[in-house]
Amino acid sequence: MRTAGIDIGSRTIKLVVVEREAIIHSLIADTTHDPLEQCKRLMERASFERILATGYGRHFFETHFNVPTVTEIKAFARGAKTIFPGCRTILDIGGQDTKAIALDERGNVSKFEMNDRCAAGTGMFLEVIAKTLGYNLDEFGKEALKAQNNIQINSMCTVFAQSEVTSLLARRQKREDIARGIHMAILNRTLSLLKRVSMESDIVFAGGVAKNPCIKYLLGDVLGYEVKVPEDPQMVGAFGAAMIAQELDR
Amino acid sequence: MEKKDYRPMWKDLGLNLEGHDQLLAVLGKAYKDIYLSQENRPKGMQYLDFVISEAHGLRIEELIETKRKGNKVIGTFCVYVPEELILAVEGTCVGLCAGAEIGIDEAEKVLPRNTCALIKSFMGFKLAGLCPYIQASDLVVGETTCDGKKKAYEILNDYKETYVMEIPQMKTERDRTLWRGEIIQFKVKVEQITGRKITAENLKEGIKIANNKRRALQRLSALRKAIPAPISGLDALLVNQIAFYDDPLRFTKSINALCDELEDRVKKGIGVTKNGASRILIAGSPMALPNWKIPFIVETSGAIVVAEESCVGERNTRDLVDETGKTLDEMIDAIVGRYFKIDCACFTPNEERTGHILDLARDFKVNGVIHYSIQFCTPYSVEAYKVEKALQDKGIPCLKIETDYGMEDVGQLKTRIEAFLEIVKG
Repeated sequence: MRTAGIDIGSRTIKLVVVEREAIIHSLIADTTHDPLEQCKRLMERASFERILATGYGRHFFETHFNVPTVTEIKAFARGAKTIFPGCRTILDIGGQDTKAIALDERGNVSKFEMNDRCAAGTGMFLEVIAKTLGYNLDEFGKEALKAQNNIQINSMCTVFAQSEVTSLLARRQKREDIARGIHMAILNRTLSLLKRVSMESDIVFAGGVAKNPCIKYLLGDVLGYEVKVPEDPQMVGAFGAAMIAQELDR
Repeated sequence: MEKKDYRPMWKDLGLNLEGHDQLLAVLGKAYKDIYLSQENRPKGMQYLDFVISEAHGLRIEELIETKRKGNKVIGTFCVYVPEELILAVEGTCVGLCAGAEIGIDEAEKVLPRNTCALIKSFMGFKLAGLCPYIQASDLVVGETTCDGKKKAYEILNDYKETYVMEIPQMKTERDRTLWRGEIIQFKVKVEQITGRKITAENLKEGIKIANNKRRALQRLSALRKAIPAPISGLDALLVNQIAFYDDPLRFTKSINALCDELEDRVKKGIGVTKNGASRILIAGSPMALPNWKIPFIVETSGAIVVAEESCVGERNTRDLVDETGKTLDEMIDAIVGRYFKIDCACFTPNEERTGHILDLARDFKVNGVIHYSIQFCTPYSVEAYKVEKALQDKGIPCLKIETDYGMEDVGQLKTRIEAFLEIVKG
């Protein structure tokens, strides 16, 4: 049977359709001011018999289409475990959330933590700072990776970090060094989250921020082993939801 | 029926009418959305719906009426205040408003921002002129359960006479002696403001009224052990919240009637949720009216709350005062003993509390425990670690939540609670 998972995030909406474990469709759109309309557009482009919603917007979707939901935590767990069967820890950094999830040997969630109300260190944070430095998101990670020096950033609050960056620029600091500092700040925050939840390998790094090469590199460097990033890290939640939908009995 | 216009009464009490109107509008809507939308509620809850709808109306009128007869109204914030002594001299004991994010701007003029929401709330209610109960009180009784409350009462005292009872920090014999002294001192204070003597005869009656109220609440609690549970956690919490300010005799009668109905439901196997709903125990900080945040999220996520290890819940109802005392001294000793058993996180060590949580988890057949601390509530936030560890040792899943009365984190909390329920379900 063809089943779909739709992951309605704060920045993007992802739709994956699977048949057993094979991916039939993998679609993404910006969330925009009208997420419901965006969901409908994505759904028109795919064919499936059953759909399961996850992500920040899962409840409006549930109300509108009367479909079941799962949390991002369960969806990412299922998605990551399917892609990397050795997965024991998941780091998911999305548009406005950071989550660390520990899995037991069978792939069930045993523990998780997420940021509660502040977007520090999330995709939104990277977007704001990249813009302040005059980079687009793709360049941002690449340029930070090339930097020779690391300028320490003291603030993790998006607003304060932005003003810190502005004043560093005013002092004629190199922007790639500032970019590196920003990535280091996110790394440190991420490590403390992982330490609280799990550091057991394989660690799978997913969510939009996993597309950033600098964070992936820094994580591997500090941990001493490579973190695993799926080919399409943004789609892991939607893929996991589609996989869970395969097993629902209705 | 047209509702009575209470505005002249509120004006006499010195309430801020405009702010109060807004408060009632917000509360009315919240109640409708959270309570009246529930399915399969017991009929007996209609009494509580009525009490809520008249919380700032009829009940306040009753308080004014009793004051007119020369009786006193005493406002409290804590389960340590011995209600028996107040009831003995025909006084009325009311829990004061502390469960809504109200008057925060006013409160933050006198309190630091990182003060717990409950303290900010009672200060806000007073400073913004929105709590008719504190306005109608002849005396406010505070207690030294935490640093935040202790210091805030010094400030509250500038606006309303606040008498503070010293709660010991440990449970040695020396502490019991101190606590006995505090109860005697409070007895003197009650006699002084009411001009009436507390005697063996009237105290016996006071003890009986308070015990009967607790017996009704114990009965309600025991009925929630049934699978499926015959009443929602939200409704049961409401009963426990209203216990603090309704007329005790009428309340006891109404709750016993509700329990009769629930007993019938249990016999017939009627529950409020679908079969297989996860059973959750909420443990931790008090949930003062109208703080329904966590149980609302839990119960709209398909689970049911079956017990509250909380001052608004088990901590308030678990123990009765021994009724065998004949002399005034024996009765005072019984009161000292009963209140000394309360396992508030302000005590150290506080092993009893962990034991009680494990007992509740077993007796109510819970699938998981949510440890709830109000943000900046140090005693419960710190104790959460030990509670979680004890539960883990028994293989019971535990989710620690720290939050305030605000609504901005509801989306995140819903995700965390739903993910916890997914883990609980396996």
